[in-house]
Amino acid sequence: MVSGKGGTGKTTVAAALALALASNGRRTLLVEVEGRQGIAQVFDTAPLPYEERRIAVAPGGGEVRALAVDAEAALLEYFEMFYKLGMAGRTLKRMGAVEFATTLAPGLRDVLLTGKVKECVARTENGRPVYDAVVLDAPPTGRLVTFLDVTKAMAELARTGPIHSQAEGVVALLHSPRTAVHLVTLLEDLPVTETLDAIRELRAANLPVGSVIVNRVREQWLPDRSVASAASGRVDAGRIRTGLVAAGLDLTDEVLDGLVAETVEHAVRVAAETAAGERLAARADVPRVELPQLLAGVDLGGLYELAELITRD
Amino acid sequence: MIDEMLDDPAIRIVVCCGSGGVGKTTTSAALALRAAERGRRVVVLTIDPARRLAQALGLDELSNEPASAAGSLDAMMLDMRRTFDEMVQAHSTPERAAKIIANPFYQTVSSSFSGTQEYMAMEKLGQLHARGEWDLIVVDTPPSRSALDFLDAPQRMSRFLDGRMIRLLSAPARAGGKGLRKVVGAGFGLFTKAVSTIVGGQLLTDASAFVAAFDTMFGGFRERATTTYELLRSDGTAFLVVAAPEPDALREAAYFVDRLGSEGMPLAGLVLNRTHPVLAPLSAARARTAAENAGSSRLASAVLRLHADRVDLADREERLLARFTGAHPSVPVVRVPAVAGDIADLDGLRTVGERLAVQDPPASSAGSVRSLR
Repeated sequence: MVSGKGGTGKTTVAAALALALASNGRRTLLVEVEGRQGIAQVFDTAPLPYEERRIAVAPGGGEVRALAVDAEAALLEYFEMFYKLGMAGRTLKRMGAVEFATTLAPGLRDVLLTGKVKECVARTENGRPVYDAVVLDAPPTGRLVTFLDVTKAMAELARTGPIHSQAEGVVALLHSPRTAVHLVTLLEDLPVTETLDAIRELRAANLPVGSVIVNRVREQWLPDRSVASAASGRVDAGRIRTGLVAAGLDLTDEVLDGLVAETVEHAVRVAAETAAGERLAARADVPRVELPQLLAGVDLGGLYELAELITRD
Repeated sequence: MIDEMLDDPAIRIVVCCGSGGVGKTTTSAALALRAAERGRRVVVLTIDPARRLAQALGLDELSNEPASAAGSLDAMMLDMRRTFDEMVQAHSTPERAAKIIANPFYQTVSSSFSGTQEYMAMEKLGQLHARGEWDLIVVDTPPSRSALDFLDAPQRMSRFLDGRMIRLLSAPARAGGKGLRKVVGAGFGLFTKAVSTIVGGQLLTDASAFVAAFDTMFGGFRERATTTYELLRSDGTAFLVVAAPEPDALREAAYFVDRLGSEGMPLAGLVLNRTHPVLAPLSAARARTAAENAGSSRLASAVLRLHADRVDLADREERLLARFTGAHPSVPVVRVPAVAGDIADLDGLRTVGERLAVQDPPASSAGSVRSLR
């Protein structure tokens, strides 16, 4: 499971993780559940149907398949399987009855989504699991624990029946060592706070926390000892000018002023990131993986680059 | 553009929308503070502000009512459950309201129906507007799964609460009319059975009790949702779509702009938040080459490298924006340079407000210089 505050890049990280886990001939499934078509966007392909299909080839051979789970389609799948609704099922969908059923019990939607994920994890072919790993691009941290806390959702549902037994299987899987919830964060105040909150809530619900993935880590060019003074606006413009002249750059005062202003902003950011990083290290006792900010943005090549870094770590 | 909008007495509502994590709440608060300091009586309706921003605005999460934040600025934080309760109370006798509020099904709907927050934000906006105490209402929108949710939520909620489906499920023989059952045919009985196997009979019983109690107030609810929708479409409203310079956020922003257009909602422009404009005209290549030669001066070489990174970042941001403006050439764009560090007090909000108000250079000036002084 990959989650994180909105805007931290969790879909990109989930995609890179699915690629990393598929390398050297393995097969992974990358799943999304929020109807955002985020996977298709990351891989720059047409919107995904409710169907598992190959989306990328992994380094060293291996493949990533992708699936966009749709709660309504999953519910109809159940009805089809257990009640043989046939055409009537589709009519009901058109009427909005399925949407109605999934909103009647808010937990039902989540149970259907995690239920589909569980089915993919458990599926076998010739006695072997179809997938070596299933990576879920989970809802953001704000909705994460409600989403994963299937036990609680089940309390709203009927005590027996096919979905109930499916949900029991989901609970067993989510609370087992076969699951890890990874949290993506940036080195900024709010994402770090949400990450720490999420770790606490996940543990309180007995859900296994994997690692914290610090995304978009930017290069810190200033010598450590200069950061604090530069962040408070003290930059030795004279020394910079001398250094620039020595490097063959004779710049106007205006350009130099611009460089100094950029340096101050850089230092303020570095100082804030360092503080956020320290807060994370002090309060989150989980493994930490860092991924660099790719200045050109994350295209397909960038995704492989991130996958390689994840494999290495 | 921003100051013209904030100063225009005809503009009574500003709605900030966009995907999660782009800085909508901060933008709303900064706009509201700026409008107040330019002389208007303003209230800002925030959804889920960060703790320190809430403190800076003097927000009390328990009140669900506007309170004075700074000068002529009032601020409030939405309590969706309370707003829902109050709406039920306002439209019902005390006994009936108590019955509805005690219903377990109501409790589920009012606290966890996806879309309740959006619906209640719009309801609260309608209430604040009806009070007429403010010249300008600035509205933050919930961090929805999709930025479009807040436009759709009231309708979805209406459809849900009008109870036709609940009636069908709980007593299919009595409701719905023959026509409907004819269409669905025998499958409907199976569907009802399937649904009650899944959600349990108790929930359906609660749901029908709720619908029975809710029935008389339903017309009023729908009327209010329609009034608020019309308010959003009126000339007195301005929508600002907020985005970060990231592909997802800009894609959502593009969808939102299209949707506002098709709903006839008045769009004021796009706020591109947290940009990193280049402050010194020196190319990345030249800076990196010079950095190689500045080996003896660590400081100068660091300055050159951080500048080169910034040029690359600014180029990327401009490229992403160009994709948006290419598809939406008539939408005004305001770039808001990132404020280093956190925004945790009124001064921080003022800085954001100033950056919002600075007129942008023409869109063609990728990598151009913009002075902050």
